[in-house]
Amino acid sequence: MSFSITEPSRRQKWIAGAVVILYAVVTLIPLVWIIATGFKTPSDAIAYPPKVFFSPSLEGYVNLFTSRTRLDAEGLAALGPPTTWYDRIVRQYDMVITGPSRYGERFVNSVIIGFGSTFLSVFLGTIAAYAFSRFKVPLKDDLLFFILSTRMMPPIAVAIPIFLMYRQLGLSDTHLGMIFLYTAVNLSLSVWLLKGFIDEIPVEYEEAALIDGYTRFQAFYKVVLPQAATGIASTAIFCLIFAWNEYAFAALLTSGTAQTAPPFIPSIIGTGGKDWPAVAAGATIFLVPIMVFTILLRKHLLRGITFGAVRK
Amino acid sequence: MPDPRTQLAAATPPALSQRIRGLSDRAIAWLFVAPTIFLLLAVNIFPLIWTIRLSLTDFRTNRPNNPVKFVGIENYRKILTDADTWMSLQATAHFLIWTIALQVVIGFALAYLINKKFRGNDLWTTLIVLPMMLSPAVVGNFWTFLYQPQIGLFNYFIEFLSGRDPSSFSMIGDQALAPWAIVIVDTWMWTPFVMLICLAGLRSIPSSIYEAAECDRASKWRQFWTITIPMVLPFLMLAVLFRGIENFKMFDLVVQLTGGGPGATTQLVSIDLKREAFEKWRTGYASAYAVILFVTVFGLASIYVKALNKVKDR
Repeated sequence: MSFSITEPSRRQKWIAGAVVILYAVVTLIPLVWIIATGFKTPSDAIAYPPKVFFSPSLEGYVNLFTSRTRLDAEGLAALGPPTTWYDRIVRQYDMVITGPSRYGERFVNSVIIGFGSTFLSVFLGTIAAYAFSRFKVPLKDDLLFFILSTRMMPPIAVAIPIFLMYRQLGLSDTHLGMIFLYTAVNLSLSVWLLKGFIDEIPVEYEEAALIDGYTRFQAFYKVVLPQAATGIASTAIFCLIFAWNEYAFAALLTSGTAQTAPPFIPSIIGTGGKDWPAVAAGATIFLVPIMVFTILLRKHLLRGITFGAVRK
Repeated sequence: MPDPRTQLAAATPPALSQRIRGLSDRAIAWLFVAPTIFLLLAVNIFPLIWTIRLSLTDFRTNRPNNPVKFVGIENYRKILTDADTWMSLQATAHFLIWTIALQVVIGFALAYLINKKFRGNDLWTTLIVLPMMLSPAVVGNFWTFLYQPQIGLFNYFIEFLSGRDPSSFSMIGDQALAPWAIVIVDTWMWTPFVMLICLAGLRSIPSSIYEAAECDRASKWRQFWTITIPMVLPFLMLAVLFRGIENFKMFDLVVQLTGGGPGATTQLVSIDLKREAFEKWRTGYASAYAVILFVTVFGLASIYVKALNKVKDR
């Protein structure tokens, strides 16, 4: 075993580990609580003292995806016995399912707008970053700073004219309008991140390809793109996470057709007060994909959150 | 099997491929940069100019048929003399100062401990980072559940730690506690951000510097203040810049947590702006407000970046 004077002692490591793990456990409690609440019955969810152990129920998920109505005893008798497991759950409360809720639609909107804007911003970001990285663009530093500065505007400040502009163009509350908007917001991140990734690819590869008779375009997509694949993939995930999580624009510019899940989930209410298990179920389905992405991204995380300013 | 791309290239009429081959680097550069610049002009600069124009009028979005009057800098004068504006700025300042202070202290401490390289530190780092990647609106909304008096998990913890009756206080319903409720959630969410950046800073310090200091018999305490802190400072300042800009703009998390209430105790500038623009529909007034906020954040950030570059060059 090599000995180094700067290596922490075993006792130091043990104490450091214990404190960090304690912090991690405490900080994860709210997330665990969201997931757990999704599987509680409404009465278990609001029990005092808070229930750590409970018998799991899918009531929250059933309530999340359905709309229900209360029937009197006669109406219930006329229906006959419940036929499915979700029917059985709602019948306990003298209710019947009348149809699907809007959660499904909102989730699909999030997927369409998230993936649409991610594709566009990564595509435009890649070509712009390539140009900034390889060519002499006049006013390059000013343009790059301008691109970054667009992120400093409070979303509400931009929302006023966008609201008016979209109303004139017929883009308000449409998928296309939201895709353009999120693309524009994400471009600063995608250009800056991708420029960093492309800067790291040695120019010699392309020069060799150009000498071999490739055109610039061929050199770009046959040499640079494959080399930048990891960078492009992690940029795409960052763009997707932003579009997925965005709330301010979605809440102000969409209401019906193009509303995404973040403004919708907090508005879920039950009969007689807030239906916390349904809210938690909706949040769980919405948050878990991002948790998985975060774990996949961990190597590039730092770079992504600092716009490429800090590279490990 | 032949490469489909070569087939495609062969199928392209020679004139077109000739033309693409003939494009100069300069032309390609413009072709590649133009769409990005165009989109940003359309979605950022054009609206900004429009906002400046609106800010000089008394336009109201909910009454588009009213004649629009040019009022000069009247809106700006009204905003800067309005007591509400200063209350919002005060609430924002309280939020900014405390979130940044707490996040810097806790974030740096965590990074310092993780840098001791105990077993499994990578796994725990990833887990700690999870909260900051999630949707602030959705998470903020759920925190109102944790903050419920009597049944909320947060109040239960406080009871467990201090013996205080959990139904005796409401973090988001009490005027004195609400500003702290938003500070706690933001700190919970964003401490990992500062931690990650500090960790990168700590890992960038070559161990040879410490070895040299050790040879010179510098105490650990002295090493910490003369090596660790100065070397991490540029990173820490960068983290503060990002958190400062983000929290100055803060909207989603707080609007879901408290909606600006109770009273106006957590009415941050973005929430105040949203009320003026989309609830009272005073579009001209709100536009002037937006311009003031943008100039403030841009000005402060520019000064700060200058200071940051000085520290970096030292």
